[in-house]
This record gives sequence, C-alpha cells and structure tokens, in this order.
Amino acid sequence: MSDHTTHKEPLLRVSKRRELTKRQAFGVKMISLLLALIAGGIFLAVLGFNPFVIYGTIVSGAFRSKLAVQGTVKLMIPLLISALGVTLAYKMQFWNIGAEGQIIMGAVFASYFALFHSNWPRPVLLIVMLLAAMIGGGIWGLIPAFFKNKWNTNETLFTLMLNYIALHIISFLRDGPWRDPANPGFAKIATFEENATLPKLFGVHIGWLIALILFVLVYIYLKYTKQGYEISVIGGSKATANYAGMHVKKIIIRTIFLSGAICGIAGFSNAAGSDLTLATGVAGGVGFTAIIVAWLADLEPLGILVVSFLFAVLDKGSSVIQSAYGLSTDCSDVLEGIILFFVIAGGFFVRYRFVPRKRKEEKGGENA
Amino acid sequence: MSEQYAIECRGITKIFGGKVTANDHVDLQLKFGEILALLGENGSGKTTLMNMLSGIYRPDGGTIFVRGEEVFINSPVDAMNLGIGMIHQHFKLVNVFSAMDNIAIGTKGRRLSTAKMREKIREISSRFGLEVDPDKKIYDMSVSEKQTVEILKVLYRGSDILILDEPTAVLTPQETEKLFAILKKMRDEGKAIIIITHKLNEVMEISDRVSVLRKGKSVASVNTAETDELKLTELMVGHSVDLSIRRPETDKKDGVLKVSGLSVTGAEGMKMLKDVSFEVKGGEILGVAGVAGSGQKELCEAITGLIPFEQGSVKLEDTELKGKSPFEILNLGVSISFVPEDRLGMGLVSSMGITDNMLLRTYYKTPGLFIDRKPAKEMADKLIDRLQILTPGTETPVRLLSGGNVQKVLLGREIESAPRVLITAYAVRGLDINSSYAIYDLLNEQKEKGVAVLNIGEDLDVLLALCDRILVLCHGEVTGIVDAKNTTKEQLGLLMTGIKQEKEAAHV
Repeated sequence: MSDHTTHKEPLLRVSKRRELTKRQAFGVKMISLLLALIAGGIFLAVLGFNPFVIYGTIVSGAFRSKLAVQGTVKLMIPLLISALGVTLAYKMQFWNIGAEGQIIMGAVFASYFALFHSNWPRPVLLIVMLLAAMIGGGIWGLIPAFFKNKWNTNETLFTLMLNYIALHIISFLRDGPWRDPANPGFAKIATFEENATLPKLFGVHIGWLIALILFVLVYIYLKYTKQGYEISVIGGSKATANYAGMHVKKIIIRTIFLSGAICGIAGFSNAAGSDLTLATGVAGGVGFTAIIVAWLADLEPLGILVVSFLFAVLDKGSSVIQSAYGLSTDCSDVLEGIILFFVIAGGFFVRYRFVPRKRKEEKGGENA
Repeated sequence: MSEQYAIECRGITKIFGGKVTANDHVDLQLKFGEILALLGENGSGKTTLMNMLSGIYRPDGGTIFVRGEEVFINSPVDAMNLGIGMIHQHFKLVNVFSAMDNIAIGTKGRRLSTAKMREKIREISSRFGLEVDPDKKIYDMSVSEKQTVEILKVLYRGSDILILDEPTAVLTPQETEKLFAILKKMRDEGKAIIIITHKLNEVMEISDRVSVLRKGKSVASVNTAETDELKLTELMVGHSVDLSIRRPETDKKDGVLKVSGLSVTGAEGMKMLKDVSFEVKGGEILGVAGVAGSGQKELCEAITGLIPFEQGSVKLEDTELKGKSPFEILNLGVSISFVPEDRLGMGLVSSMGITDNMLLRTYYKTPGLFIDRKPAKEMADKLIDRLQILTPGTETPVRLLSGGNVQKVLLGREIESAPRVLITAYAVRGLDINSSYAIYDLLNEQKEKGVAVLNIGEDLDVLLALCDRILVLCHGEVTGIVDAKNTTKEQLGLLMTGIKQEKEAAHV
C-alpha cells in the first residue's frame, strides 16, 4: 500500500514560523529590499545599463537640486495623506480601496468653491474648500459603509466601483456644467484663481504642512484616543467589540467617514496646490499606491511617513532616469514593480520559512 | 524485527520556530489489534505528534516506521496511502453534502456508482456497528452522527490505523458508550487505534495501553490494567496531585438572576431556546450541562444582551434586562461579568497586550477624548501577580500566551469588576490540570463572595463536583434542574438526550 512518494522527503517545504519580533520582521524586510535592488540591478544590466549608476541617479535625481527636492515632496504629499486615510479603514478591517474616488470627490467638492466663490477672502475660502473636500471624500466613504451595515454588502467591490463613478463625475462636469467657456476648442475646467490656490511655504504648496499635521493627528488618534482604541478592537474582532458594548455600526460609519475625509483632503491639496484646476487625473492612481504604502508600513503612521517618502523618491528618481538615460516609462515601471514584488514577498517570509531537506547522515545523530 | 508495529516513532522531535520544542525525542509504539491512549496535559505535544503522523507537520528529527518500514509522511495524502486515518476534534465535513458524498470526496480514482458505494458503506457499517444514513445531509446530523461519518470516511478509504483526537469531548455519556463499543469492535478486527483524551476514566475504560507525554517528552508507556487514575495523573503532571474539587458551603441569596420563559430564535429561524426558566442565587454555582449546541451560547448571549430575545424576561435584582443593549447592561451599576467560550475571538482582542485588554469593558467610563491606560496597566500588573499569569510583559499580544494564561487574563478582568453575576462558558476548555484547578478555585472564591455564578460546562464529573445545582439543556429546552450532590452522571446523560426529568422537577 505504501506509495514510493512516502519514502522520500521533499527538497523544500514551507513551514509556519513562530511570530517574529518587530526587529526580526524589520530585518526580513531589509533583506527583501536588498534582494529587490539586486534583482532590479540584473534587469537593468540585461538592458545594458549600469545598475549602480541608475540607482545612484534615482537617489540623486530626487535630491539633486532644490527644485528636485520640492518635486519629491510634492509627490509625497498626496501619498502620505491618503495612506493615512486608508489606514483608519484597514485598522478596522474594512477593505476600503476607494481612496482614489474619495480623493476625486474631495477635489470636486473643493473645486465648487474655488470656481464659484473665488471672491471670498482667501483664508475663509481655503478653509471652506478644505471642509468641503472632507465632506466630499467622507460621503464617498459613507456610501459603502452604510450599505455594509445595512445589507452586509462587499465593501471592496463597492468602493472600487465608486472610484469609476467619481472619475466620470469629473468628466461630466468638465464637458458640461463646469466647462471653461474661455476655452472653446477644448473641454476643460477653468484654472483656479490665485485666491483659491494653496499658498507656498519653502517653495512647495502648504499641502505638505497639512500632511504633516494630519500625520500627527492620525498618530495620536489611533494611539491615544478612545475612538482609536475602538477601531483597533473592531479590527481585532467584531464579536469582541459587541461584547465590550461598542456600537459597532456607528463606529464603522464614523471611521469610514474620517477615512474618506482624509483622502478627500489629498484631493483638495492636489487640485488647489498642484494642478490648480480640477482635472480627471487629480488622483492619478495615488489612491491605489496609498494602499500599498499603508500595508508596507504595517498600518503604522510613522512607517507610512517613511514609506511614502521612499515611494516619492522612487517615483521622482524614475522620472529622472527616464529623461537622463532614455529609459522608457515601461522600464521604470518594471523596475518599480520588481522592487515592490520583493518587498511584499518579504511579508511572506515574516510568517513562513522554507526548510530544506536534511542530509541522510544528519539523521539520528542529533542526540547531542 | 520480531514484532511488527503498526506505527513506531523513534526519537521524534519537532521544534516550532527554532524556539519551542513541542516534541523532544518522543518514542511511541502502536500494535495492530490494540487501543493506545495518548495522555498528556495541554501543550505536552500530543496533537503535534499526531499531526506528524497524519502528514500535517513534518518532524525535525527522528524516524517514523509504519508496518516496519521507514516512511516520510509529507502530506495527508501520504498518510492516507499508508492507511493512517485521523478523526479530528473539529470535523472536516462539507455541511451541505450527504454522508455518502462526504465519504466519496478525497477518495482516489473514479467515483464508484451510487449502488456500489451504498453497498460498501453498508458492509463497513454493519461490520463495526456504525449507524449512518448515507443520504442524510450533514447539517441535519447530530454531533455523534457527524463523528460516525468521519469514522466511516477513514474506514472507507481502507485505513487500518486510526487516530482519534478527543473524540468524546462533544458526546453525551451514552454516545460515548456507543463509540467505545465501535472502537472495541475495530480493535478486535485487528485495527490499530490511538485515542487522545483528557478524561482518565475513559482511558481506563477503553485503552489497552497508555502512553504519557509531559512537556514534549514521552515519560511512560504502561499497560492500562496495571495502573490507575491517580498514577496516570502523577505521570502527566510530574508530581502528586489532589484531584478533588472543593464545593464550599455558602449562604444563598435569592433573586440575583432570574430568567423566565426565555425564548430565542436563531439566525436561520430555528428556535435556539424554548421557554427557559431558572434562577441563580447569590453564592451558588449553577452548572449548565448539555450536548454542544443545545442553546448554551444563546443563553449566555441573551442574558448579556448580545442577542435580542422576543419572549420571556431576564431579571437582575429587579432590573429587567429585556430590550437592553450590551452597553446599557454594562452601565447598570450592578454588573454582569461574562467569560465567553471564544476567548480570543470575543472576550479579548488577540493582537493586544494585557493592558489594552483590561480596558475593553471600562475604557469609555473615564471622561474626555483620550484613553487612560495607567489604571489598566496597574490592573494588568496586579492580575499577573495575583493569578500568576506567565507572560513576557503587559504589552505582549495575548494570542501568544498559553490557553491557561489567556483564560486567567479574561476571567481576572471579569472578576475585577466586582460582578453580581458571573457567567462562564467552558471556562476550562483546553486548559491543563493545574490551570483548570486554578480556575475552579477562582469560581469558588466568587461564589463565597456571594456572586451568582452560571457555569456552562462540558465535563460532567467536574460539573457534579463543582456546582451546587445543574441545569440540563437539550435542543434549547430545559430538561431538568438537579441537585448536584445527589445526581449521577448517567442521570445527567439521560437528561442531555432529552428524556425529561419527571418527579424530581418539583424539589428544586
């Protein structure tokens, strides 16, 4: 009856690890980052580039001049803000992948005031735009949360689909009601008047300041407030939250509103700080990258700060190597993909390991 | 080899994550035609060892021989091919399939025709005295029927080495009798059987030999006929123990928790509790016995407000709890403490440390936006000290603690709120002997303080020794409330199967 397969040991097998300490897990991640750079280097070498030069250029490209640093920071702002936003939802195990749509709706709501009330005093206008953006993003989060509570709908699909609706709302506004009459040949929304744009501080629009303030607030909120505690408990187990007497549905609604509202701020900062108008590319995939940032940082605000910075460097540096070495966009996308692949795969090795086959002579002789 | 063993393990070692040695050079022999009981406290490595025999884990050292041949069991399929069948504690059956479909899945080759399968199942069933309707759906089956399907499943695949992991934990005494009769028949047919159990009386009754594991090491293998329960316990624990459970006398106070006419409808529209009435007095422990799924969970959750109930009333010292949310019940002032069955999924947050878990039921009581962790930290330190909780620190996630320590954290927190009513569901499930006795002591301590304790249990011997009175549930109905001092296990067993208590009902 015994099959021949049961007489051999497999070459490699996967086994679950005991939990690693934070330091060990960090070590695994650093190793995977190193491997990522090596694999990316091989890819570059195959293309005929010197990987060291390219990597060097990515880093120097992001910092080579004041302008470059400002560009890097500008890339980092929406990433940091929306990663903080989605983190609130993920801490609660609510799979909000609708950051993209929430960013867009934040931008849309803020743009209404920028376009039609640009005569208001600048501080008032900007604060109203900020609040409007929060409400816009918040509502876009509330919708799936409401249906999740009511009928237990799948929030992943729901938030994803809302992204497309939001995107097409911009197209609709651009081609219809908000179309710039001064631009008859080509449908676009008017550029904001200066009164409705974010002022600059150290050469970058003050979105960076907003992002840093949000970072501090979210950090404190999650770590030291009762509401932050409630989020962690619901994320741990809804049954536990019920048992503890929490109003789970209310907390879900509140948290997802906040999550969307923060993403909405990213939309406001992008529209009023970078684009200076409302364009269909206002989110431009940031809402999705933010998800990766949040998870790579283990949903820790401090980690998010670091990871979103590294992402911005990678992004900015890639655009520099595109222009400096004629490396096509696709190649730098592949490079970014390789790096991400390794870093995420590192997460696997935090939980599992490979065990190689033991050699024959080792067996039995382990009595030492 | 003069005698061929069904299974022989030599020096089996399993280390998890390079740190925890679950099995340390374990030796085990199993012959055909015998029932071997594998005994050991929780965490002694029984399940790990069995999982290696059934291909779920791989040993890090040592060799396994099956029928005298060295083998590597890399997967459950390998185990199956070697004729090893495992019956897990938690059944691995597809609920919406019939018994026959469940038996057919996972078998090799083409599926036999229905008629042939039916014939084969009937043949096996009659040979071993298994009673199963092949066309019955799993969701219509009782726990014992499901277990029978599991056994049939491994026999159908031609296994002649069977491993049963705590098979009696979910059975009534009568069902256990039946199972044992089946196992004995299988042994007489020459099959080799390993049974894992905590219950010493069952070990004495069913097994031919006993192997004892302690802290991952095999400490002894003895013939059942040459040993007794006390000796086995000493082997298991490593020192002599007193197995008696205290039942202190207290002054009873009427009317602490009064449940009358309680009915609960479950999610699928099934009546989970039907017209349940009882009272728990201050200073008494009321045990609840019943086969798993007889409404115990619903009873606890209805009292604590976690599930609504349409009929009846639950009164806590003159306060009606019907229609109140868990939050309102928590804020009554007279508190109900609840130690739920699912400790890490309901009673605690598994990813949080002891400190944050202390806050769970009280965090909102302090004013302001921010959470005050200082008192919680003090409470955590106090509990660690008083209940001797083994943990690297107050911030270590509780999921990393052992079962006994997790339960001490949970029960400790619930007791700390000075409750009037304490509800515990399966308070010692999965705990080793020492931890179990620590928990019994804590329950008695509460009882002596005048708390009304409602204790959902599964081990009838323990219920009979610990509780003052025992309420028996069957299919959501109370089939009797008996005085624990003059009731036998058999009587409880009959009540659990739904045979109502007749004349004694009046005397409570």
